[in-house]
Amino acid sequence: MAWFRKEKKARQPRRERLEIPADAWEKCEACAHTDLREKFVRNLNVCPSCDYHRRIRASDYVALLLDDGSWEELDLDLKSADPLEFPDYPQRLNRAIAKVGEGDAVMTVEGTLGAMPINAAVMDFAFMGGSMGSVVGEKIARLGQRSVERKHPLIIVSASGGARMQEGALSLMQMAKTSAVLAQLAERGVPYVSILTNPTTGGVSASYAMLGDAILAEPGAVVGFAGPRVIKQTIGQDLPQGFQTAEFLLDHGMLDAVVHRKQLKRTVEQLLRHMSGQPASTGWTSP
Amino acid sequence: MGTSLDFEKPIIELERQIEEIRKGAGKQLTGGTDGLEPLERRLAAMRAEVYKNLTPYQRVQVARNSKRPFTLDYIRLVLSDFVELHGDRLYREDAAIVGGWARLDGETVMIIGHQRGRDTKENLRRNFGMPHPEGYRKALRLMKLAEKFHVPVITFIDTPGAWAGLGAEERGQSEAIARNLFEMSRLETPIVATVIGEGGSGGALALGVADRVLMLENAIYSVITIEGCAAILWKDGKSPEMKERAATALRLTAEDLVRLKLIDEIVPEPLGGAHANHEESARALQAALVRHLDDLRRYKPEKLVRRRRQKFLHMGAFAE
Repeated sequence: MAWFRKEKKARQPRRERLEIPADAWEKCEACAHTDLREKFVRNLNVCPSCDYHRRIRASDYVALLLDDGSWEELDLDLKSADPLEFPDYPQRLNRAIAKVGEGDAVMTVEGTLGAMPINAAVMDFAFMGGSMGSVVGEKIARLGQRSVERKHPLIIVSASGGARMQEGALSLMQMAKTSAVLAQLAERGVPYVSILTNPTTGGVSASYAMLGDAILAEPGAVVGFAGPRVIKQTIGQDLPQGFQTAEFLLDHGMLDAVVHRKQLKRTVEQLLRHMSGQPASTGWTSP
Repeated sequence: MGTSLDFEKPIIELERQIEEIRKGAGKQLTGGTDGLEPLERRLAAMRAEVYKNLTPYQRVQVARNSKRPFTLDYIRLVLSDFVELHGDRLYREDAAIVGGWARLDGETVMIIGHQRGRDTKENLRRNFGMPHPEGYRKALRLMKLAEKFHVPVITFIDTPGAWAGLGAEERGQSEAIARNLFEMSRLETPIVATVIGEGGSGGALALGVADRVLMLENAIYSVITIEGCAAILWKDGKSPEMKERAATALRLTAEDLVRLKLIDEIVPEPLGGAHANHEESARALQAALVRHLDDLRRYKPEKLVRRRRQKFLHMGAFAE
């Protein structure tokens, strides 16, 4: 045996490799920017690279908007039934509950924002596309009536493909029901701020979403009556760039402002203070 | 939107035969048409049989049939002294919704309804009864006008839905519909809405927040078209089987809507459907409208609004 032959031995890495589990990474749906999930979360699920506002869960939105620990969830015991005996509806509901939770497509809470008592509803697109059936309509109507009774401002964050087909005309009538409550609210002079997130279309956009005393939208959110696919089908041509985005609606006079998620709480607070005759949170200062 | 319905073919065939015999008998001067009686009895029985057992899908076809009376037909047959009003004062006139002053049983009312076209030319002008935002804004203007002069509002609903297009979106289709729902829920004058044909989604409801909501016997009222429903759920909005399935699943007939407590009354249609006899259908509608308006006149405006709101607040089916 040759004297110069080395014994074969696996090389040891000089230092321990930093372990990052594969699922810690997230990729932006819009620009494919990849970053640690934690970075997305810390940035309120807005892409650090392109500012794309990712869809977030209702409870995350409540946490983002309301004062820490100030809120309590309402009407959790309302459950969707299957009044039409619609094919596959109970199964779809069960899958949605398993995935998202018991609250159906909207979470309603009472709490405070900037120390002001408010009522808020946040829709959850993860639950059957944020579709509005009897439960969504009822939860919003009850919350609205609570606002009427207590004169507490109302905030609704919309994220919905529209009315829930599986409850037929019952879903359709939720549009009238929620609008009727908002009319009561308006007559009592209680402020209502509507926040539109991606997407807000169909029966939700054609009822409470477009009835705010102030209407805000997240950047890039798709907002419209008919979904882009339906319009494309109807008119038989491609839609113009940016059609039905929040910025498009702002240009066409349908919104008050497009607001970055980071600015949202502060903007809503300012609006509510103006509309309910409260001093600015910063106190009185001369310009 | 066909004009002859498949399931009506035997009826139409028998009608044609009777008509031919009658013509032949007329020429002979004598002999008369006595021999026709059994045939006519058979025709009536056949109509009764077919119309007694309409499936939901057949109902959809009847509701969309272009031989049915449309809003302007009912205005002519049910009302008098009609003066049409045009325009939303904001953008333009939308012929998919018609409206104006008219008289019902001698009393002034404001009539507003979707208007479809019977032929291609009129359908282009009326956009198949699918309004743009300006149509809904015109409707709201007329409702406010009625409120101002303490005149009741009558609406006729007959649309596949609100128009989905570029201009409609740019000018705020959602806002226009939402505004009507909001304002109708607090309009201080009686409102009676009737679905006379197809009640298609939000575009129909935008004329439908009323103290009394009626449906003609073969009318339909749905959250989405059967084609749209089938396309989304079963990826096939074209085949008759899937459309039939959607029509059944959506529970969109007048009986279904009564069962779901969403409408107040079904207005009967003549045997063979409203298209078989416009005048008879109009008489039944007129009687129902007069009765409901007489009843609603008893309430003070505030009470009317309170009751209307309560009615819509109670709509929904859930577990608690």
